[in-house]
Parts: sequence; structure tokens; C-alpha cells
Amino acid sequence: MTDSTMLWTAVYIVMLAAFTGYVVISRVPAILHTPLMSGSNFIHGIVLVGAMVALGLATTPLEQAIGFVAVVLGAANVTGGYVVTERILQMFDRSGKKPGKEA
Amino acid sequence: MADLSWLIDPVYIVTIFFFIIGMQRMSHPLTARSGIVWAGAAMLIATLATFFTPGLTNLALIAIAIVIGGGFGYLAAKRVAMTDMPQMIALYNGMGGGAAAGISAVALLGTTNATTGSLAVIGGLIGAISFTGSIIAFMKLHGWMRPRPITFPGQQVVNMVVLALAIISGVLVILQPAWLPLSVAMYLPLFFVLSLGFGLLMTLPIGGADMPVVISMYNAFTGLAVALDGFSFATPNYAMVVAGIIVGAAGTLLTLNMAKAMNRSITNVFFGAFGATEENVEIQGSMKSIETDDVAVLLAYANTVVVAPGYGMAVAQAQQKVKELTDLLESRNVQVKFAIHPVAGRMPGHMNVLLAEAGVSYDHLFDRDEINPEFPSTDVVLVIGANDVVNPAAHRQGSPLFGMPILDVDQAKNVIVLKRGQGKGFSGIENDLFYRDNTRMLYGDAQESVGKLVQAVKKF
Repeated sequence: MTDSTMLWTAVYIVMLAAFTGYVVISRVPAILHTPLMSGSNFIHGIVLVGAMVALGLATTPLEQAIGFVAVVLGAANVTGGYVVTERILQMFDRSGKKPGKEA
Repeated sequence: MADLSWLIDPVYIVTIFFFIIGMQRMSHPLTARSGIVWAGAAMLIATLATFFTPGLTNLALIAIAIVIGGGFGYLAAKRVAMTDMPQMIALYNGMGGGAAAGISAVALLGTTNATTGSLAVIGGLIGAISFTGSIIAFMKLHGWMRPRPITFPGQQVVNMVVLALAIISGVLVILQPAWLPLSVAMYLPLFFVLSLGFGLLMTLPIGGADMPVVISMYNAFTGLAVALDGFSFATPNYAMVVAGIIVGAAGTLLTLNMAKAMNRSITNVFFGAFGATEENVEIQGSMKSIETDDVAVLLAYANTVVVAPGYGMAVAQAQQKVKELTDLLESRNVQVKFAIHPVAGRMPGHMNVLLAEAGVSYDHLFDRDEINPEFPSTDVVLVIGANDVVNPAAHRQGSPLFGMPILDVDQAKNVIVLKRGQGKGFSGIENDLFYRDNTRMLYGDAQESVGKLVQAVKKF
């Protein structure tokens, strides 16, 4: 592929992805705003795979050090984002009717 | 190890597919919980597949870093109280931004061409801003920093200069002009210090009341930074590009919705230093307190009661008691509704989450547009730890809150405000409501107060 085909492919992908993000969230009830923000916070945890590649292909000690920090941060984004979202959504599981117990 | 690198792209495609399904499911109450499981499974396979990247070294370092970061993220998220969730989202979002900035740094230290280099610079700038900005948001919400806006003269000029310098040094990183004596080893640290500094400076003047918007905004920022960094590799990482753009778009929309709910424009949030300026309006009347038993009588013999909860309910963990009280009232044929302001608490939907935790069913929750016409015919409104979202000052021209859509609780026949003390709301603005003739203050910890109310109502 030439550079310009690559560029236009990228533009198509970005456009469709942006549209997807918009559509998925456009009809969300307000009650789900917090979990959804938390959920999308988890999804950008995909940064972890980029950080892994950055560290994995790093050659100098400086690159390795920065890559290492990036993987640590990315991994925290993933697990923390997952647990927070899971905990928030857990509350929606009781379908409302059960009387709440004292925590 | 056998060459399994052909697996990576198919796995990434499945990952993206699962992410979209996951978000779709998260946007409906009934399927919401399964949504995160889909997304989680996708993240797991994507991470595993990435180990097959051709030429990947430092595998032990990668594994150690994942254990450290993942372990911290998991434990911290498990341990914090439910009320601390908003700042945890800010914290993890900041970490994602930091990771993106790190990827940019590594990419720029290696060889890049002008296109991938530019994208890495923009990604690095946005990621770094999101990193320090989110950390400040976290500290403000977590009480490690004063939530009030921090301002100084000429602040916006300083901020703009720092941003401009960051951009200039970013351009220099790419161009590396021969006529300048400095090397890339100089521009790059400078670029990141300035970018990180701008994130810090940009967030300091933002008050606590605007934090939901800010966190959402930085969430979108991180998504965008991740997407741009996806292009910084020799072969683009489309999983990062697509997931990042989806979060960027969804996050932007969410931010705009939130800002709209508060009637604040994004520029206003970031440059208005909201709540920093005190207005000098004399409020007529005085605050009148009331005893638990008197409130209980009002409630027990009311026809309609509306509960307007806010952050105070979250802090006091009063939601269980509130649920008990409303059950009790309903058993006496009092009609009870909850008025949910979209930005009550520290996050949109914060109140819904807490009430769902306590077991209040959805059909009792009403948003602002649904409930506002009903206040004039409501006998008693219980304001539990809410402040700015019920402040009628929002209807008065010249007030810093002017124009913010609020719950018009002041139109009800009786308003009972449960409040810890006589302090102001998070925005730091005096609340007219507390001085109205139909308002009574019930001071004390919300959980205790509501608990006493439950006992008192039972007597009548």
C-alpha cells in the first residue's frame, strides 16, 4: 500500500470509530452516565498493549525505564477501571426490589 | 516459541467488536453489568495476544510491570468506599493518560518520520495534560487539596504561554532544525515538562463543582491520546486507534451532555474559575432550624413527599436509612418520589448509583424535567445533603450560578434541609433556599438524622 492509501484508510477508520462512539452513547439514560464513563475509562486501558510494545521494543535504558512506567500505569488503568466499573454496575444487579441490607 | 504473530490482528478485531458490544450493553440498565464482562474479556485476550508481537523483548520487565500496576489498580479499586468512586475514575484515567504520554516519549526517542512523529507529539501533549489534570482532579475530590479554585493574577496568560511553549517545543522535537544548537535530547524533556505543567495549571483554577465535567473531559482526552499513539508505531496499532477514538467521541458527547445539564459551556468550565468570585448580595431572612419530631409529623401526614439527595447523602452513607424512611412512609400511603438532578453528587448519575445500591427501584427516580412541575403541589421536600443543585440563586441574574438548571424545591409547601452545618455548597456560593420562609434546617449527620426520623415517624 502506498502512504496515501494508508492515510485514507486511517481516516476511514477514525471516522467510523468516532461515529460508533457517538451512537453507542447518544441514547444513554442519565442513571448510567457514571458507569459508562467508568466503562469507557476502562476501554482506553487498551493503552496497555501499546505500552507493552513500547517497552518490548525499547533498546536503551531510558526507553526501557519510560516503557516500564507506561506499562505500570496502563495496567493500573485496566484493572482499576475494570474493578471500579464492576463495583458500580453491581448495584444495578439487584433489579431494585430487594430491600437493602445494612452494609 | 512458535510464531503466533498472525494471531494479533484477528484478536484485536475481536477485541474491538467485544468493546463495542460491551459499551452497547453498558448503556442499558438491564444488560449493563454484562457489558463490562465483555469488555474485560476482550482486554484480556488483547493483552495476551500482544505478547506475540514480533521482536518483543524485555518480556520479564513487561510481566513485572503488569503485576505491579495491575496489582495496585486492583487492590486500590477494591478497597475504596463507594463514595470515593468518582475520584478513582479520575485517578485511573490519569494513569491511562500517563501511559499514553510514555508511549509517545519512547516513540519520539526512537526513529520517527514527520507524520508519525507529529501524531506522537500531539498524543503526548494530550496524554500528559490528562495525566496531571486528572491527578489534580483526584486530589481535589479526595480532599488532599482544597477543592476551591486556585487562582492568581494573570493566570490565563501564564497558562496560554505554557501551552504555546509546549507546542513550540513539540514542533522542535519533530523538526530538529540544524540552526538551533540544542539537540532532541533537550527539546523532548522540555516538551513533556511543559505539557505536564499545562495540565496542572489548567486544572488548578477549576472548582469542585465542575469536577464531573472535567473528569469526563480528561477521559475523552485520554481516549484521543491513546488513538494518536496507536499511529506512532511502525505498524499502526488499530486496536488502540479504534478503541481510543470510540472513547474520545463518547467521552466528548458525555462531557457536552454534562456541561449542558449544568448550563455551563466548556470554555466557561476551563477558563471561568467558577466559584472564585463571591457575590455581594444580602440574602433576606434567616436560617430556621427544626426538631426531628416536627419533621416526622410533617412527613407522616403528608400526601406527597419528594426526596432531593446530594453529595451529603453519599458522604454520610445515608442511602440505606433513606430507603427505610421512604418504605415506612409508603406503608402509610404517602407518595414518595426521588428528584434526581443530573449533576447531584460528584458525577452524573452518582445519586442513582447510591440509591440503586440501597435498593430503591428505578420507577421512584425522576429527573429534573419530570419532577420540577410537581414541586408546587408537593407537601414536603427533603433535601438530603444537596446544596448547589437546589439553590434558587440560579434564577437570579448576576449570581455565579445564574442559568444553571436546578431542582425548584423552593416551590414546595415545606422544604426540610438536612445538613451537617451552616457551610456553603461545593461551589462556595451562599444558598438562598436556606433563608426562605418555607424552609427549615435539620442539622446533623444525614445518616443519624434520617435514622432518628425513621424512629420518630413510627411514633405517629
